[in-house]
This record gives sequence, C-alpha cells and structure tokens, in this order.
Amino acid sequence: MEIWDWGYAFEILPILARASIITVEATILGFALAATLGLLFAILRMSRSPWISVPTAGFVEFIRSTPLLIQIFFIFFVFPEFGVNLGAMTAGVLALGLHYGTYCSECYRAGLANIPRGQWEASTALNLSGFHTFRDVIIPQAIPPVIPALGNYFVALFKETPLLSAIAVLELMQTAKILGSENFRYTEPITLVGLFFLVFSLVSAAGIRRLEYYLSLRGGNA
Amino acid sequence: MTETNGAASMPMVRFDNVTKSYGALTVLDSLDLEVAAGEKVAIIGPSGSGKTTVLRMLMTLETINGGVIWVDGEPLTHMRSGDQMVPASASHLRRIRGKIGMVFQHFNLFPHMTALRNCMEAPITVLKLPKREAEARARDLLAMVGLAEKFNHYPSQLSGGQQQRVAFARALAMRPKVMLLDEVTSALDPELVGEVLNVIRKLGTEHNLTLLMVTHQMGFAKEFADRVCFFYGGKICEEGPPKQLFSAPQNERTRQFLSAVLEAT
Repeated sequence: MEIWDWGYAFEILPILARASIITVEATILGFALAATLGLLFAILRMSRSPWISVPTAGFVEFIRSTPLLIQIFFIFFVFPEFGVNLGAMTAGVLALGLHYGTYCSECYRAGLANIPRGQWEASTALNLSGFHTFRDVIIPQAIPPVIPALGNYFVALFKETPLLSAIAVLELMQTAKILGSENFRYTEPITLVGLFFLVFSLVSAAGIRRLEYYLSLRGGNA
Repeated sequence: MTETNGAASMPMVRFDNVTKSYGALTVLDSLDLEVAAGEKVAIIGPSGSGKTTVLRMLMTLETINGGVIWVDGEPLTHMRSGDQMVPASASHLRRIRGKIGMVFQHFNLFPHMTALRNCMEAPITVLKLPKREAEARARDLLAMVGLAEKFNHYPSQLSGGQQQRVAFARALAMRPKVMLLDEVTSALDPELVGEVLNVIRKLGTEHNLTLLMVTHQMGFAKEFADRVCFFYGGKICEEGPPKQLFSAPQNERTRQFLSAVLEAT
C-alpha cells in the first residue's frame, strides 16, 4: 500500500471542506464570545469594590489554570446534571469563549492600564458617567494597541478547536477521525486537516498584520 | 440664614477647615478659603505647598480627610441626611461637580477625537444636548478661542497652545460656574504662553466665571487676579490684592518666594 493515495485524498476533500465550515464557525463564535467576555472581566477586575474585583480575579485565574479540555467536558457532561443541557457545538463554543476570554482579559487589562491618568481625570472633570468614560474615552484608546495580542489568541483558539472532537462536534478533526476509522486510512485525512490549519493560521496572521498596520496609520492621526 | 436669601451673599466656593493628607504627610492643613462669585483668585507658592491639591479636591479628583467643601451654597464633599452631614454619594458628587470645570497642565484632550468632538462629547452624553446644538456650541467656543480653522484637527495635529485652547473650549462647553486652571501654561513653549493667557483674559471679561488658577505667571496673576493666595506648607501663608501682595508682602516666606521667582525670570 502506498503512503499517499491521491484518489482517496480528493474523495475526502469535499467532506473535510464542509467540516472546515464548522471549525471556522466555532472559531469565530468562540472568539467573539472571548473578546466580549474578556473586556467584561477586565473591567470588572478594575472595579473599586472588592466584592466585584476579587471574585472576578479568582474566576479568571481558575479558568486560566485549568485545562480547556476539562472545561469542555464539564460544560457538556456535568452541566446537564444541573439541568443545563447544551448541544455539543454550543457547549464547545461556550468553553472556548470562556477559556480564551480569560486570556483576552489580560490583554485588555494591559491596554486599560496604559491609558494615562489624565484621560480619567479629564473624564471626571467633564462629569462623564462611568459608562461613557469607558465607552467613549477609555476603550477606544485601550483596544487598538492590544489588537495584535488579541489576534494571537484568535489563532491560538482556532488551533484548539480540534478539542471539540472530544464531545463529537463534527468539526474538521472529528470528521477526519471518522473518515480514518471508516476507511482504515488516517494519513490523508489527518494530513489534510493539518494543512488546512496551517493555511488558515498563516492567512489569519497576515490579516492581523494588515490590521495592525492600518491601526498604526490611524494611530498617527489620533 | 435661610436657603432662599442666603445664596446671594454666599461664596461660590468655600473650604471649611479642609485637611488632606497622604499617610503621615499632611498636604493641606485645616484650610479655610472663600471665593466669591465672579472672583478671580490666583494661587501661587512653591512646589509641594498644596496649591494644586486645592484644585484637585474641588474637582473631586482627590478625596479629603477632614472638613467640608462648599460650592454655590451646597456641600460638595458631603450631603445632608436628616440633621447630619454624611459623605457625598456618587450621584450627589456628579450633580455638584457639574458646576465646576477644569483645565489641566497637560491638556488631557481625548486624542482619538477631533477638536470639535472633544468639545461635544460631554455636552451630548452628560447634558443630553441634541447633537446639532452641542456642535453649534462647540463651534462657537472653538471660534472664541481662535480655532475656527481647526475643528476637524486631532490633538496630535495641533500645537501645545492650540491644544490648551481646545481644552478651554471643552471645559466651557459644559457651562461651569467655577473654572479651575491648573498651571495651564506650564507645559507650553514660551512663545505659546501668550495665546493661552489671552483666552483667560477673555474668560475674565466675557464670561461671568469664578476662576481659581494655580499659576507661575506672576506678571499675569498681578494683572488679572482680584486676589492672590500664597501657599506654603499646606496653608495659606499670605493673601491679598495682587498689588499689595506683590509690592509689599508682609510675610517673610512670601518675600523669599517672590524674590526667588523674580530672579528666575
């Protein structure tokens, strides 16, 4: 038997292409959740009330210090014990978003910490509410500098989506495993999946660099 | 004194036995200071004398450790709860703070907004002005400070003096009763100081504002202020009309300070 069977590779390619849509979906939804939760965690952690900042910090550290795979299992298999039944895709996206949300929150925290004190003081002097200070003054300045770091987490999250195969989400890896076991040939599906991840990662990284460049241009004016 | 007839005679700003300390370091020691409505007070003194702290406490950027600050007849740092005075709630602070505006040494403009937008942000979000009205007000004020050509410039595209004039327009857009000027010319190149001082002169004549300014511009203080307060070691060491304080200071420390400053210029 030859090592690489082109015929088989082309036969499974459309199936993998379809599965890749699920992978990309999980990535985008998971990252959208992570980016949102991360900002929320970062802001709550800055709260002057220890009743808010301390539990948030504890939760963030807890999620960051436990494996994503366990969190995926927990949400999918343990939540139903408490009456929360989530589909595999939903559970997976939630776990990815939560886990990477804690990483993103550290990025945002760095960005928020870099805002000069004068910006906060000017906001107070103009009597802006806390909400408007964050929305109009602080966040628009804090986010652009941390976009490269957030972009790295986007790629990292993407590369972790194969973990969703553990709860049978029909993403790329799970599809490749099924194809492999049906045909007793793993070389082609696993290699193709690896290639897909490589290409998507490189394209994303290039996209992030462009975005960075664009932001640096805008930063010159702002 | 009743609430109704008291307001006319009441000072616009009153510090009543105000103390501020950081740990063991006392920055302001039992400060009593009254500023009448429309009065222009210059605060001078060596660095570390607590003069900037006076403005920062009034802007609620610093909390106080003792005493009460009053603005326009109402307590700023405290509020009435029955017969007692309790520390002000966030909403009380916001309400009273609305009467005060501040211009900073380092401008603190919002770098991601144009000059116009800098002046519109707070009127829209805080005063809930319709956008058109806020924009008209911002245009008028920017024109008043001589920046009619610069509406759509970002702060980084403006000189220091221009940025500081935008900061004046931004603070004025909130229609404060009291304006606090914290060393507003100290960060400027010497040739840009004049244009900012001209804006302050305009404020004095065209707007009925109560002004408190911390300044190192002795010449300007002498010409412009109604009263000068010399701070030393967290206390008002000497105060009086500028002519008297500058030409015939009573206190030895004032004399030393003034001669040191005059030597430098």
